[in-house]
Amino acid sequence: MKSRWTLCACIVILAVLTAILLSGCADQTRKQPIKVGAILAVTGPASFLGAPEEKTLTMLAEQINNAGGVDGRKIELIVKDSQANPENAISFAKQLIEEDKVTAIIGPTTSGESMAIKDLCQENSTILLSCAAAETIVEPVASYVFKTPQKDSYAAIKIYQTMNDLGIKKIGVVVSNAGFGLGGKAQLEKYAPEHGIEIAITEVYDKGEKDLTAVLTKVKDKGVEAVVNWSIVPAQSIIPKNMKQLGMNIPLFQSHGFGNIEYVKAAGEAAEGIIFPCGRLLVADVLPSDHPQKAVLTKYKNDYESRFKEDASTFGGHAYDSFMILMEAIKKAGADDVEKIRSAIENMKGFIGTGGIFNLSPSDHNGLALDSFEMLTVENGKFVLYN
Amino acid sequence: MDMKRYRPIGILLIFVICVQLVFTLSGTEYFLTQIIMAAYYCLVILGLCLLMGYTGQISLGHAGFFAIGGYTQAVLTTINLSSFADSGFVRFLESAGILFRRTDLYGEEILSFSPWIAIIAAIVITIGIAFLIGIPVLRLKGHYLAMATLGFGMIIYTIVIGTRFLGEADGITKVPPFQLLPGIVVCGKMAHRVANYYVAWFLVIVGMIVALNLVHSRVGRALRAIHGSEEAANAMGIHSSKYKLYIFVLSAVFASVGGIFLTHYNGSIGPSETSVIKSVRYVAIVAVGGMDNLWGCLFMGILLNFLSLRGVFGSFDEVFFGLSLIVIMLFAPHGILRIAKVQELIAALRELPAYIKERIGKKKKHERHTA
Amino acid sequence: MSFEIFLQYCFSGITLGSIYAVVAIGFNIIYNTTGIINFAQGEFVVLGALCAITFSRLLIPVLPFALAMSIAVILAVVITTFIGGLIEIVFIKWINNPTVLRLVIITIGLSFLLRETSLHVWDEKVRALKYFTGTEVSSISLLGAHFSPQVLWVLGVTAVIVIGLGLFFRLTLTGRAMRACAASSNAARLCGINIKMMVTISFMISAAIGALAGCVTSPITQTQYNMGSSLAIKGFVVAILGGLGNSFAAVGAGLILGLLESFSIVLLPNAYRDVVAIIILLGILFFKPSGLFAKKEESALKEF
Repeated sequence: MKSRWTLCACIVILAVLTAILLSGCADQTRKQPIKVGAILAVTGPASFLGAPEEKTLTMLAEQINNAGGVDGRKIELIVKDSQANPENAISFAKQLIEEDKVTAIIGPTTSGESMAIKDLCQENSTILLSCAAAETIVEPVASYVFKTPQKDSYAAIKIYQTMNDLGIKKIGVVVSNAGFGLGGKAQLEKYAPEHGIEIAITEVYDKGEKDLTAVLTKVKDKGVEAVVNWSIVPAQSIIPKNMKQLGMNIPLFQSHGFGNIEYVKAAGEAAEGIIFPCGRLLVADVLPSDHPQKAVLTKYKNDYESRFKEDASTFGGHAYDSFMILMEAIKKAGADDVEKIRSAIENMKGFIGTGGIFNLSPSDHNGLALDSFEMLTVENGKFVLYN
Repeated sequence: MDMKRYRPIGILLIFVICVQLVFTLSGTEYFLTQIIMAAYYCLVILGLCLLMGYTGQISLGHAGFFAIGGYTQAVLTTINLSSFADSGFVRFLESAGILFRRTDLYGEEILSFSPWIAIIAAIVITIGIAFLIGIPVLRLKGHYLAMATLGFGMIIYTIVIGTRFLGEADGITKVPPFQLLPGIVVCGKMAHRVANYYVAWFLVIVGMIVALNLVHSRVGRALRAIHGSEEAANAMGIHSSKYKLYIFVLSAVFASVGGIFLTHYNGSIGPSETSVIKSVRYVAIVAVGGMDNLWGCLFMGILLNFLSLRGVFGSFDEVFFGLSLIVIMLFAPHGILRIAKVQELIAALRELPAYIKERIGKKKKHERHTA
Repeated sequence: MSFEIFLQYCFSGITLGSIYAVVAIGFNIIYNTTGIINFAQGEFVVLGALCAITFSRLLIPVLPFALAMSIAVILAVVITTFIGGLIEIVFIKWINNPTVLRLVIITIGLSFLLRETSLHVWDEKVRALKYFTGTEVSSISLLGAHFSPQVLWVLGVTAVIVIGLGLFFRLTLTGRAMRACAASSNAARLCGINIKMMVTISFMISAAIGALAGCVTSPITQTQYNMGSSLAIKGFVVAILGGLGNSFAAVGAGLILGLLESFSIVLLPNAYRDVVAIIILLGILFFKPSGLFAKKEESALKEF
């Protein structure tokens, strides 16, 4: 008899639970949030990129939700920490697409991860807004895949134009062995001839590098007139120090990967006079007040810095651009039809982001032009415009 | 032939099928994705378990063998020979079925080696390298062996990240699907997932059978003798360096096969697969599984990789991993399956069929009595 | 190659070598008393540097530079020593008759744990301690080649540590007791030496040396939470190259490895520099596993 009672009790409890669950589901369908996935390297070797990206996204999602959401619906942000491993990114992308059924994925942080999930997102019709630099992410164009950081080729051209102005002809190139550095190396090599520049030596260094005087000695030995360092890893702050210590008083050009004040702090006095192309985020406060990006840049910078008590970097800016482009598209196209959102992104014109003014088109899934870069330099430990 | 040894394999098979059915019927088939990936990593762990647990030789370079398999496969199946398609030799290869032609997502035509050829090449290369490395390395012991294998892993990593045709930091993407049999394709597409699940488990179970047979054979006894004391084993006439080398090569092949199939399943491979941290993780999982305990290693390998790949711990993944290592080494140094309570549970489960039989028998008897 | 360039490669090699050496010494102390390689040694280095950077940033504005830096470094070393001791007491002390492998796995776990803790206590950003003398741009010129004054600091501190350790192990009772543990722990126990205590002390000394190494190299290498493993691997290589357990030899081996790496760049791309170092290491392991500087009688006692 006793067991029968237990059985009955169990059935009743189960029924109640199911009812609660179902009613919960029914409640949700009325005002389901818009799910946005993010695969970011919050920890691991690329954490100096992923961490500000994650902070930016959390902040933006909160801001939007506090303002009542988009299209009358809240944003539910699902952040996955890939530790910069492509295999993790693949696993997470599958989860986000299939289980969470996200509208779009923001990230991944590094080029390798982005390339690993590019086809996956394309095949499953999920929008991917990558925060990584490599041009192969949007070339060939996959209709669902976009990226917001500026193209490497523009940075290379900007650097070469400045070199032409300074009359520099023979350079040495040092790059990190991360995807960013090697992508930059390819672009530098591609555009050197048409700007009349000779690359005398190219060297690659690892992210765990302790001291680079030996490499720079080899570069110095070639009699170059300037050095270009294309890197995103912290070791890039060792290069200016070692150059000064070796008595190499030639200009040092860095890539847009230098766009983080922490690298300047780590290099200290040696960072003075470094020239590099970058988006305008770092010089937001000195932009003329009629500059179209001024308002967006100062707002993001102030919000980020007051919220997290640390300096904003351009990497967080890439996440800002990805997220806000998506929000803009959802505003235009509604939240229900992914295909409509995709085409809204693809045809977006004149969107003002931190990286520049985006004019996307079916053949250009990046949308930034050469003028999205400004040449900057370091003066008294601060970024200022170079002229 | 002792059939009793295969009973756990049978139970594992039933369990695997049940897991698939439960997930498919409950509409949560997506859990299989990470089980598949974990299963391929488990192949590495099983090989390493043979090497570490039964031969007593540590290897901190097994991610290197995984990468040799995966990268060879990726390079051969993505290399595009279509610009040489008119040369006589390439045409001959294509007609011999060594090359195959496909069109990628963006309409580009690619002519590359068939995955079957690539597999053979990958395994041959792995065996070759394992022999080359194994002969000098296995003369060493303890920290020196660990250091030498670590060095091997680091060389592979440095080569992978510094070499253009291996994709440098971005790795190799766009690895094509691998048609094993008609209808069974190793690839990441969701439609093929159940088939992939069984392919992965088929490999793991074959690996398990090979390993169990080895362990319970003459070779296995020789290995344990080597583990106990190499001098004593040598004195008994066991050719210890030969055995150690064979097991080293076998475990490298296990790792390589894991790499080959996971590369097809993921459609890509990156340098993170070759990192020292990955090798250390494999060693740690073997230790957590109980060293000379294939079942423990299988269980922990699936569990820890599954949880990690699902991102359950978010940014605390490494913290959790470190903590679980410490806790298990402190409180259950012989692995989770050797804790007394768990042993009791396993014993109880073993007796379950007999117990049920007995109960049914009793009931029948009882019924007969009442009738 | 001109003489200046040759000399410059030498100085680069010495810079690298001094960093490797000072990290490698830390491995030897724990190895000597317990026979294990502490995989968390690199984390002690990072922890020391991070503590020192935080204190120096707090203290430099209020105190004179030299005083602020010394207090920061001393505090960092004391804190790391304390953490080293605590780790040993909490995780290792109460294990009875541990196997080497079990201890090694525990230290691997500890390295994961310490690394992620520093990530969550500090953050992912790269930091650098101020140069002890001069600034980022100052350098010393010698016969046309240049090096940073910090290199002298690293070499000086390495020398002080090695000599200090030598004296400690020869002259003090604790030091002698620790050497006895290294020789034979059973015999040491029979002589009434508290072995568990010695292991705790060896962890504390190792942590202290690691922290000091972190402080003195941080201006050159910079510090990020996940740098520990790459430092530890190089330190590990050097410790083996010199012969495990021998601090003097570690310094020599460190300098040799640094010079070899530096000169390998002359012929090969820098991308393959690690391969060169490792192939040399493998060569040593295969042909003279007792290390470069081991004596015959000593190596006869060890198993490889």
